Amino acid sequence: MHYLAQRLLTFPLILLGVSVLVFVSIRLIPGDAITAMLGTEAGMLTPDQRAALASYFGIDQPVWSQYLRWLGGLLQGDLGISTIYARPIFSIILERFPLTLELALLAMLIALSIGIPLGVLAATRNGRPSDLGVRLLAMLGQSTPSFVLGIMIIFVLSVAFGVVPPMGIFTPLWQDPLANLSQLIFPAITLGFAFAASVTRISRSAMLDVLSEDYVRTARSKGVPALSVVWHHALPNALIPVVTLSGVEFGYLLGGAVIVEQIFALPGLGRLVLDAISQRDYALVQGTVIFIAFNFLVVNLLVDLAYAALDPRIRLGGK
Amino acid sequence: MIWTNSRKLAAGLAIATALSSVAVALPAQAATLRMAWSQDATGLDPHKQTAFSSLRLLELIYEPLVRLDPELNIVPAIAASWEFAPDAKTLTFKLDPNAKFSNGETVTPADVKASFERVLDEATSAAARSNFLSIASIDTPDDETVVFNLSTADVPILAAMANINAAIVPASEIAAGSIGTTALGSGPFKLDSWEPNAKEVLSANTEWAGGELAIDGIDVTVLPDETAILASLRAGQIDFALINDPLIATLVPNEPNLQLNRVGGLAYNVLQLNPSRPPMDNLLVRQAMSCAINRQEIIDAALVGEGVVTGPMTVPAFAQDPNSLFCYEQDVEKAKQLMEEAGMAEGFTATVIAATGEPPVAASEAQVLQAQLAEIGVTLEIEMMELNVYVDTWLKGDFDMAVAQNGGRPDPYPMYNRYFTKEGNLLGVSNFVDDTLDSLMKQGQAETDPAKRVEIFQEFERHLAEQAPWLWLSTSYTYTAQLKTVTGFEPSPTGTLFGLTKVAIQ
Repeated sequence: MHYLAQRLLTFPLILLGVSVLVFVSIRLIPGDAITAMLGTEAGMLTPDQRAALASYFGIDQPVWSQYLRWLGGLLQGDLGISTIYARPIFSIILERFPLTLELALLAMLIALSIGIPLGVLAATRNGRPSDLGVRLLAMLGQSTPSFVLGIMIIFVLSVAFGVVPPMGIFTPLWQDPLANLSQLIFPAITLGFAFAASVTRISRSAMLDVLSEDYVRTARSKGVPALSVVWHHALPNALIPVVTLSGVEFGYLLGGAVIVEQIFALPGLGRLVLDAISQRDYALVQGTVIFIAFNFLVVNLLVDLAYAALDPRIRLGGK
Repeated sequence: MIWTNSRKLAAGLAIATALSSVAVALPAQAATLRMAWSQDATGLDPHKQTAFSSLRLLELIYEPLVRLDPELNIVPAIAASWEFAPDAKTLTFKLDPNAKFSNGETVTPADVKASFERVLDEATSAAARSNFLSIASIDTPDDETVVFNLSTADVPILAAMANINAAIVPASEIAAGSIGTTALGSGPFKLDSWEPNAKEVLSANTEWAGGELAIDGIDVTVLPDETAILASLRAGQIDFALINDPLIATLVPNEPNLQLNRVGGLAYNVLQLNPSRPPMDNLLVRQAMSCAINRQEIIDAALVGEGVVTGPMTVPAFAQDPNSLFCYEQDVEKAKQLMEEAGMAEGFTATVIAATGEPPVAASEAQVLQAQLAEIGVTLEIEMMELNVYVDTWLKGDFDMAVAQNGGRPDPYPMYNRYFTKEGNLLGVSNFVDDTLDSLMKQGQAETDPAKRVEIFQEFERHLAEQAPWLWLSTSYTYTAQLKTVTGFEPSPTGTLFGLTKVAIQ
């Protein structure tokens, strides 16, 4: 409990750091909301016109004063208004979040259900052709960029089968599960592919370690069936690094699968933040990044707590 | 076991494919055009928006007084007729009595007056304001006449009015301050909903004075990746799409069920030199660079052949044979000689900026230019920038050279006045002042005889090409792609999608 309180207390500090970083960095890149809206035509504005627009976008104040005003809002749970969408930012994020969450969960599910069995298989057949095959596949998975895989999937589907996943719109799971799944399955495969490769590699090496432990040899010598040794005795212990990896990776996935959402035109958090950056919607970038950072922290906390559940030897807080 | 797994994977894929084809097979709404584009509109205020995609959307919702047909002739829109006084200082419009906003209210002279006053009001920050500065006052003598009293003779103002940035909006909406949040226009479609960067839903405006439409509406989806747009067209998931990337466009004709619409645009690809920086301040160096490049080769290599060599005048009515312009045929020997005369026989190194993806061919253009200019000892260092960063740098004129795609106008005056006259707003970008150009531009503004205007601007073009502050390269095409079940679309060099008003779906 002490550990949990300690971790929770660091949350605001980390978020504050993130907020300063994102606030400053988005303003350091050249261009602003005016050039984003008008492009080169921004050069046709008179100084008075420019000032009027700057005041409209709220970028006429000094940066520190903009920050304090924004922080003040944040403390009251107000992330501000988006200039692109002309709506409260929190409601936009909540609208986009289910897609990204579902996509991340689906990708994770695909990655784990492919990666763990393959990793176990490779470990038990260490050095044999099937092990080599799995390792090659994993290497391929890790080295194929998701934009290549995504575009290839779309290309193959449209050329060979004459279909593409419905793009541009999003049907929530509870409205029409079939339409929802047909939309998300290919993006999830794209996203989960590289992750599956990492899971395969990690579970293979963890499994190899565990299989050489004394208690496994003992179990074998006691006559426990080989399959049972692998699945019941070895696997639970080999899963710990997989949990760590999944936690970190899931945080990233929640951070918005920017590229995959862009290719498959899915209106999730990743695309939201990308559009916000390119259109210089400062408040929206800040709000979304803070939201993502918060989720990242929560997921990592949950992972830490999951360790303790998986392995009673681990005592959180160093006691 | 690995094979079992991969079989499972294959089976899973097959099921998923089946799932998505189920979704695809759902019948589309009766006669709604399903359209896609890669960049979404950035706002709804017709007076403030300048992004291509915003203009394309707003042209379907709002109307200006006049518009341009696909041959770039000025034709009626809200105004049924118009007339310049002989001294070109008074411009009188008669409005179409049937013109109505989508809420059923008639478009009145008061709406026209209020709209132009809004554009001219500095607080509006209207992008096109500089085109209308000659308006001294606006009279509305009766309920169908609008009279623009101009402070100077200004013929190009009519073409400037044929732009959606001069759209007529309801005076009541201006007073309510709701322009940009609601979209109440007199155009062929009504905007039912808009989710920025995701989709727009448009329905036919039954009040439109231009006649009945053959489609019920348009559903626009934003698909940021043009490969995905092509795939969706192939799969019949969308009917119509805007294409920016020539590489994607060249793939469309390979598909039996698709049709590519291609029309030469007014926008031009150009290598902007910065004549305020040495050695580009030396006329001989600029001319040498102009002689050293091979424009057709740039089109073939960087634009996959999709473009036409152009001089500064991209408007067909004003264009002359580019080969008659200074050094439009590559002449490397002459280029080397000019470099020597300029005392630059050793060559020099300069940085060229280009925007990532805007236009999609910017990077490859820069690379071909780099190779061609190396022939005369000019070493180009290419600096690619994100679009917004590029725009910022470009507006400050903070570059040695810039690969750019600049928008065209249907009239040379608004197109180049901004860059090459002493009062030009973008003089800081061109950094080039020239008395001849300045005086020719002023003559072109005041001349009412069309034939004489053509002469004036052709002389302007010859002089500009010889001074070579910029090296004009090519005009690109603007592309739309559609299923063959869609008929009747008329593409236009301005890129407008107004031609969708004639579209039917079989």
